[in-house]
Amino acid sequence: MTTPVQPLTLDLAARFPDAVTPDERKGYSGWIVAADKLVEFATALRDEFGYDYLSSVTGVDYLPEEKMEVVYHAYKTTGGPGLVFKVQVPRDKAVVPSLVPVYPGAEFQEREAWDLLGIEFTGHPDLRRILLWEGFAGHPLRKDWQEAYYEAETKPFKSRWPSGEVHRAEEKNPFGANVKYPENFDPEKWVPEGENALYGALAEYEETDETGLKTDHIVINLGPQHPSTHGVFRVAAVLDGETIVSLKPVMGYLHRNHEKIGERNTYLQNMPFTDRLDYLAAMSNNFGYALAVEKLMNVEVPERAEYIRVIMAELTRIQNHLFAIGMFLNDLGAFFTPSLYAIEERELVLDIFEAVSGSRMMCNYFRFGGLTRDLPEGTLEMIRGLAFDRLPRKVDEIDRFLTENEIVRSRCVGQGILTTEEAIKYSAAGPMLRASGVPYDIRRADPYSIYDRFDFDVAVRYNGDIYDRYLIRLDEIRQSLRIVQQAVEQIPEGPIQTGKPQYQVRVPAGEAYGRVEGPKGELGFYVVSNGKPNPWRYHVRAPSFINLTAFGPMCTGLKVADIVAVLGSIDIVLGETDR
Amino acid sequence: MYGKGILKGLGVTLKRFADTYLDDIKWLGKRYYTAEGIAHRSSKDARGIFTIQYPEEKLPLPEEFRFIPFLVYDEGENGEKEIRCTSCGICAKVCPPQCIWITRTSDPKTGRPVPAPAEFYIDVDVCMNCGLCAEYCPFDAIKMDHDYELASYDRMATNIFDKERLMKSAAYYAEIRPINNTREEEARKAKEAAKAAKAAARANKAA
Repeated sequence: MTTPVQPLTLDLAARFPDAVTPDERKGYSGWIVAADKLVEFATALRDEFGYDYLSSVTGVDYLPEEKMEVVYHAYKTTGGPGLVFKVQVPRDKAVVPSLVPVYPGAEFQEREAWDLLGIEFTGHPDLRRILLWEGFAGHPLRKDWQEAYYEAETKPFKSRWPSGEVHRAEEKNPFGANVKYPENFDPEKWVPEGENALYGALAEYEETDETGLKTDHIVINLGPQHPSTHGVFRVAAVLDGETIVSLKPVMGYLHRNHEKIGERNTYLQNMPFTDRLDYLAAMSNNFGYALAVEKLMNVEVPERAEYIRVIMAELTRIQNHLFAIGMFLNDLGAFFTPSLYAIEERELVLDIFEAVSGSRMMCNYFRFGGLTRDLPEGTLEMIRGLAFDRLPRKVDEIDRFLTENEIVRSRCVGQGILTTEEAIKYSAAGPMLRASGVPYDIRRADPYSIYDRFDFDVAVRYNGDIYDRYLIRLDEIRQSLRIVQQAVEQIPEGPIQTGKPQYQVRVPAGEAYGRVEGPKGELGFYVVSNGKPNPWRYHVRAPSFINLTAFGPMCTGLKVADIVAVLGSIDIVLGETDR
Repeated sequence: MYGKGILKGLGVTLKRFADTYLDDIKWLGKRYYTAEGIAHRSSKDARGIFTIQYPEEKLPLPEEFRFIPFLVYDEGENGEKEIRCTSCGICAKVCPPQCIWITRTSDPKTGRPVPAPAEFYIDVDVCMNCGLCAEYCPFDAIKMDHDYELASYDRMATNIFDKERLMKSAAYYAEIRPINNTREEEARKAKEAAKAAKAAARANKAA
């Protein structure tokens, strides 16, 4: 497959006079669109220029300029580099037209921008808080918002050295005093309006007979404490009998404002925090973040480090998919036998991670311009043994074990269908998108690192049902094994880090969007630097979170028991969903 | 035939079940509670059951395994502990959750700072085991430990580690990380040799 020719001379300013101007700030790229022309612009972009996939929507608070900016990243599902466009509005009157009518995949992301940055999207069908609770005061990602317990704007904190007085975190931040409420707010008397709003958002489906009596439909809650939701995750579903009429996911129970933490960390300090996003795929998270910051710093990565990065990222994909298949079978009711078979193989991969990085899951292995350390002696042999001998065997065994199983088939085939158009529309990513017949894989569509050197196929399936989402994970494990096999054969000797390891990196001002094909889908990091030691804005395009946009439409028409199967086939990790 | 897939799957389960016992017979009692047995069960050739009977058995830790930092001290001639830390504060500055507190020592007479920490605390409840402190320490003074059995009944009393609790000998470090230690020793020796050569050259010049 050749890289499609990109119309780099795309002159949007001529197409939209006085509405679109190129972004000419130093270190920035893309286009600035007038707010009132945004919907028209986006429609043209989608229909005329072929940018049919809206990857990321986020906001940036430019406090010194008193501006609020909304940043959109759009791509073509046929491949190639993306297009960035921005809308700037005054900070105190941050109102932007919603792009949900054009790109429905923006729904949750716009809600997130409203929740965390207080940007209002007019025309959004359901603009409520999404990660925080309704009694929360303010919008925490605004630069002038401070937490209830506040030590300093950015790390490192002066109090730790040189006068270092030892305090427990909870002495400084006692339970009960670490919450800030809106004015005149009494949590004891609070009636959760949010619940009404949530049910209100679902209520359009309720039927009322002529006497005003509600009939037929009932609302049930699945979770937040439910063993099959893979964490603290809640689903509110409207049922007609046992058939799902409408469904909304409710998340944020594990929210810790990862992005605010990231903006207060230095660039390097943030690396171990990315491990904790999708904690099953720490290496991929490291990879995405390192790519974004390296783009800003403009550093090269040595050859050997690139190979090790690719090996680690593909091993991560293998173990993540094994875990996903195992846990998915758990969701179907095959209690723990298949999942433990999968976990056994995963453990062997984690042994490798432990040997190279020191930790099985929280790897913290990548550095800007390289890696922490070279592969210890014997590790390459371990990888070889797994990639050439054990894992191909074991994948075939799992295939034999499950694929033809009649119960698996009857639960999965033809259920929870996501059509090709819907998958693109809802910005579904990764295995979800490819199981719906879109052969879009960033490793091929917009190659990063050294993926253009390897011979592998982009796995694609065409039915878009649960069964295909299971099969595509098996396909992807096999393709990843091919990449690992090639990489361990080709890996050169050499250094693994450009320059000297530094704990304070200099990052020039500008913006960068680094994205990798994570195991769960497109994992993007949008980083804005203003030249200081800490990022000005740090945003994660979390595939687990955005893939849930399609969850409701996929479940409509199914039975209650299928919710769990569909959710299992999406493969979410709440650490990443809630951030 | 309907049900063929299920039967095939059950065949896989049966094979796995049998494998455990076949391996037991093959290894004749050496499969459990022996180092090679544990190594075999966590290798690519493992078949059947692969669990480790913790705490009777423990998985061998790779050298790079990291859990909670400690401070390295060299043993002096009279057995006194010479801490390598110079309280430069890099570990406290690089620590992502900011769980390290250091107080500098100052000379009681002149009031000038002395390159050794007066106090050194790590709140291990907050530590995220990322290993950045050990990675960026220029004096090889703070290193990540292998001891992961830290459970205690009262976290309030025990989980802020002070300097005494954090100090471990250079011999212990050499034991848990032999390859790293050798590499660092060599680097230090090379540095000292270069320094000595420089000093000698200067002395020559002066003479």
